[in-house]
Amino acid sequence: MLAYVIRRVAQSALVLLIVGLVAFSMFRFVGDPIDNMLGQERTQADIERLRTQLGLDQPFPVQYVKFLGGAIQGNFGVSYRQGRPVSDILMERAPATLELAAVSGFLAISIGIALGVFTAIRRNGFTANAIMSLSLIGVSLPTFLIGILLIYLFSVELGWLPSFGRGDTVRIGGWTTGFLTESGLKALILPSITLGLYQMTLIMRLVRSEMLEVLRQDYIRFARARGLRERAVNFRHALKNTLVPVITVTGLQLGSIIAFAIITETVFQWPGVGLLFINAIQFVDIPVMAAYLMLISVMFVGINLIVDLLYFSIDPRLRADRTAAH
Amino acid sequence: MTTPILSIRNLTVEIPTRHGILRPVDNVSYDIGKGEILGVVGESGAGKSMAGNAVIGLLSPPAHIAHGEIHVNGQRVDHLHGDPMRRLRGKEIGMVFQDPLTSLNPLLRIGDQLTETILAHLDVSRAQAEERAIQALDEVGIPGARERINSYPHEFSGGMRQRVVIALALCAEPSLIIADEPTTALDVSVQAQIIALLKDLCRERGTAVMLITHDMGVIAEAADRVAVMYAGKLVELGPVRDVLTTPRHPYTDGLMGSTPLASRGKDRLHQIPGAMPRLDALPTGCAFHPRCPFVQEKCRHDPAPVLTDGTGAACWYPLDKKAEVA
Repeated sequence: MLAYVIRRVAQSALVLLIVGLVAFSMFRFVGDPIDNMLGQERTQADIERLRTQLGLDQPFPVQYVKFLGGAIQGNFGVSYRQGRPVSDILMERAPATLELAAVSGFLAISIGIALGVFTAIRRNGFTANAIMSLSLIGVSLPTFLIGILLIYLFSVELGWLPSFGRGDTVRIGGWTTGFLTESGLKALILPSITLGLYQMTLIMRLVRSEMLEVLRQDYIRFARARGLRERAVNFRHALKNTLVPVITVTGLQLGSIIAFAIITETVFQWPGVGLLFINAIQFVDIPVMAAYLMLISVMFVGINLIVDLLYFSIDPRLRADRTAAH
Repeated sequence: MTTPILSIRNLTVEIPTRHGILRPVDNVSYDIGKGEILGVVGESGAGKSMAGNAVIGLLSPPAHIAHGEIHVNGQRVDHLHGDPMRRLRGKEIGMVFQDPLTSLNPLLRIGDQLTETILAHLDVSRAQAEERAIQALDEVGIPGARERINSYPHEFSGGMRQRVVIALALCAEPSLIIADEPTTALDVSVQAQIIALLKDLCRERGTAVMLITHDMGVIAEAADRVAVMYAGKLVELGPVRDVLTTPRHPYTDGLMGSTPLASRGKDRLHQIPGAMPRLDALPTGCAFHPRCPFVQEKCRHDPAPVLTDGTGAACWYPLDKKAEVA
């Protein structure tokens, strides 16, 4: 088990290195940050001096190695635009994105699994079919459009919920949370629905199809033949078997919830890392972009690692090799 | 005569299709007494399993019981649905499926699968249920039952898993076991053990057994009486010795002739010419007449007589025992 974890962590580190390399090489094509940093009235000497100061005159592999060296120590450099350490800016912005992603993920998983099970068990019922048809909307509408529609309905027409921002936040240590104030909670509703809707419908459709497959298995028939209650058959026997493949996809989806928060954050002007990234691109703020991409890949890789470990706890067959080795 | 454990009277199972109604079980009647093992034989699609599923109420829609009655311990069960039927399954009627590799839930410990079944039917505490589970495993010949109770299905061999399945079917002490091809998926070397185990356990408890199989060897080994089915109809019913040695229906005769025997030497194995008709293309008259070597004009027009009195052959011209010996 420990060997497995170590191997997986090593693989993850390799993935991160490659992601960093690819990301870093891309930055050379987004534009020249010097143009943005110096105004119209600049001299060639100013440009050269700043380029040397930022280390941009060095070849790109050297820049990458320097970046990595700093990143390992938690130092992602100084933002070109704000002139402050990138790690400080990220720490300030991360709680907003993480809270939004957590609420969206929770909604997507809990509602997605519940509706998936419901539509599988009542697969010929009217309600189940209606939910299935509606879910097509969730899968096919682009995120920004859902966001705009929600804003139009609940903010503009009904005036129930705020259309942008995080509302009031409370500071606990280095973390700012919107969970503790009414306006913070209200502000969370629309963005988290927008962000989670696609994942929710995806999880629901996946759970449904997996569950239908499992319900056809012999062990479900045998469970029925032993006179177990329908609840036990559906939830104890069928749902557990359904979850094994669902966990894989769900894990990946949670990663993309954080990554795709960019769009939702832009629509709702949510002060998270996604919005920070969009602004950074406009300004060619390379340290911020690099740090953001590394942060997202760390989360992706981390979630995948957790998913793989979850398999072990759910499916005893995977633990078999380990037991045999002892 | 005492009340039989299972009594099937004029049972007809129908499947409505676009091309008309199919009758996989057509006007079948038989009884199984306490401690008796009735072998039900026939080709694939003859309706053997369908009859078993009808008894335990697990016909998959659109198949349904159209006519006839089923009594278990004197209680009529064919019209039961939902919770009353569920209480019957496992408690009055146990079932053993064909493939032990797929009939156990891979994610639950076998002890949990046993105790949940016991708790569903008997009024005992969890600790008592666990004791019973250990006892049940012990009775089916699983060594070290007390430790093995915590094992998962994949940690057992195929033969051992079928023993677990039998323990599961018997753990709530049903008075009838429906064993649907219990040895077909097993290695030849363990088939005899499983049949012997089933036979012994049921003899000890006085459990009635419906042993569905297409293996004449299994029938000869275990059954007290035999019911032969062909194209949904019961064609011959009688004590195992009589049916195997002096079959009266030409189909049974053909089946016996096509069973390989060591004493028969290297002669080419006898075959019944043709194939069993599809249910949507049954011939007029006796369903077996196109393949019958003794066919007469009457057989082509008049449906074969229906067996009702518990023994005999459903044939217009049953074979004469003496003639058959020659």
